[in-house]
Amino acid sequence: MAVRHSYLDRGTFTSPIFPFISSLTRPSCWSFSDVRVITRSASSAAHQKVCVVGGGPAGFYTAQHLLKDVQVDIYERLPVPFGLVRFGVAPDHPEVKNVISTFTQTAHHARCCYYGNVNVGTDVSVEELREAYHAVVLSYGAEGNRSMGVPGEDLEGVYPAKDFVGWYNGLPSNRELNPGLDCETAVILGQGNVALDVARILLSPIDELKKTDITQRSLDALAQSQVRRVLIVGRRGPLQIAGTIKELREMVNLPDTKPEMVASEFEGMAEALKVIPRPRKRLTELMLKTAVDPPAEKERQRRQAASRSWGLRFLRSPLEVLAGPDGARVAGIRLAVNRLEGTGDGSVAVPTGEVETMDCGLVITSIGYKSLPIDPAVPFDPRKAIVPNSLGRVQQAAGLYCSGWLKTGPVGVIATTMNNSFDTAHSVVEDLTSGCLDATSAKPGSTGIGPLLDKRGVKPVSFSDWEKINQEERRRGAAQGKPREKLLDVEEMLKTVPLLGRGFLM
Amino acid sequence: MGLPPSSSPTGLRRAASQSSSDNKVTVHFVNRDGEKITAKGSPGDSLLDLVINEDLDFDGFGACEGTLACSTCHLVFSEEVYEKLGPVTDEEMDMLDLAYGLTDTSRLGCQVCLTRALEGMEARVPESVADIRQTQDITMGMTMK
Repeated sequence: MAVRHSYLDRGTFTSPIFPFISSLTRPSCWSFSDVRVITRSASSAAHQKVCVVGGGPAGFYTAQHLLKDVQVDIYERLPVPFGLVRFGVAPDHPEVKNVISTFTQTAHHARCCYYGNVNVGTDVSVEELREAYHAVVLSYGAEGNRSMGVPGEDLEGVYPAKDFVGWYNGLPSNRELNPGLDCETAVILGQGNVALDVARILLSPIDELKKTDITQRSLDALAQSQVRRVLIVGRRGPLQIAGTIKELREMVNLPDTKPEMVASEFEGMAEALKVIPRPRKRLTELMLKTAVDPPAEKERQRRQAASRSWGLRFLRSPLEVLAGPDGARVAGIRLAVNRLEGTGDGSVAVPTGEVETMDCGLVITSIGYKSLPIDPAVPFDPRKAIVPNSLGRVQQAAGLYCSGWLKTGPVGVIATTMNNSFDTAHSVVEDLTSGCLDATSAKPGSTGIGPLLDKRGVKPVSFSDWEKINQEERRRGAAQGKPREKLLDVEEMLKTVPLLGRGFLM
Repeated sequence: MGLPPSSSPTGLRRAASQSSSDNKVTVHFVNRDGEKITAKGSPGDSLLDLVINEDLDFDGFGACEGTLACSTCHLVFSEEVYEKLGPVTDEEMDMLDLAYGLTDTSRLGCQVCLTRALEGMEARVPESVADIRQTQDITMGMTMK
């Protein structure tokens, strides 16, 4: 593997005169080995510079596709890359994290540079990026939570799933969450894959979790957890559940747990199965088998011996989170009982007027992530919480694009994000080739942005800097028999990179 | 849960598959542009191994490296070939359910191993570009159609 020079220790910025340096055709984080590769593979378009905002899966997949034609710089707010692959994917799903190998290859590409620890919108504006690059792709994801908008949401013991996931996955901003786990029943509102991930982590045997890269402090907290029962509540019916079958099957097979379903909620389902497509059909069959079919002897014994339980509850919407006698801590949740109007995905939950209460000491709301606007200069649709776009082209903003969850809303698995990011990259290249975008004038790329960041006291983290952090995390993990022990603090991450103390211009 | 036939990281198989060339099985891939690409692999290798070993450029193919955690190595076969491919596990079906353009003769390339009986088979890489409406349908995996 080529040894790459850090963004910080090269001499390009000793005379950062914006327009003159712009004639440089090699990437600004070049090394000698890179230059060799470039002379061999340079295409006519290779001098065009595109930047990607956000170093998660959408950013890396967009970059991967763009790199066939242009130079790509990836800006990431945190020092560490990979976004939700690091902070979202459950610790017991290490296979999904294999995508990191491809992202790492992308980052090592001769025409690619990674600049971590740069907060676009604060450290540098989108307008400044648009000045410096032929095109800018926004792929910074969906970091906001949808809230329930019901009384009691702020009680102690109520957490957005995004924060809970961030806590056990080591997201720096969630490291102090310390959720109270000293109750028997937890209620999760929402039935998507995030809800199922949270349920599984709450109920997994500790011996399984301690082999993963879950943070040590959440592992310690989960080892002390009193949670024995998790109810996963959705506002619509079994045919509208948003989670996918792999995650549901994991619940069905989770050691030392038994399903606690309400068979009557599945009435009429067997009939509905005849007319639905295969994915929904198989998912529903698995739920039916779990909820309604009498278990075989071995499964019956397994369920009898289980010390923990989980269940799906349907047609319930939250009305109010109820406080216990101290008035501060959650003790239950009041739910409206719904009925469905219409069928399939388009059906709507309508309250029947009936109300019921579930006792619980922990409420996790998993009703969706949402993107937030990053810069007033970028169009944003607050209702859909996306950047309005057509095939990734931001409307009324030539040269500005979006990909990933910012483009589609927070839905889909990694392959969905991959395809939608490739599509956006395709739009960028098409516009650069067709002349829709000015592709001929020279742009400074990072040699224009670097001095701005330096002036503002921002010290970017290069990909090789990240590899030092990576090494340190793996070293700490190995000491505990884990694949990795994540650094939880941005300052600590930065301290792990010795070059950072040397300043930008050195 | 049954182990997938190819649960080892694909990279590790590279050495094994570079054995004598006379025993190899020929596979004709049809890429997303409709072009035919012919490659040879050793019996026992998965179709994903073959794509990686031969460095075939199918964008995004095999993202999870053959660990049954994604559906990016989705391939489509003729009915006749599909019948010869052997049984499908629930776990493979679960992942296929999330694949773009799922058909009755779809399989994941990481779960299909080459045998002599498959000599000359054709495997089509399905179109992955989808319009927005279609993307969301498939994302949820389960719209009424």
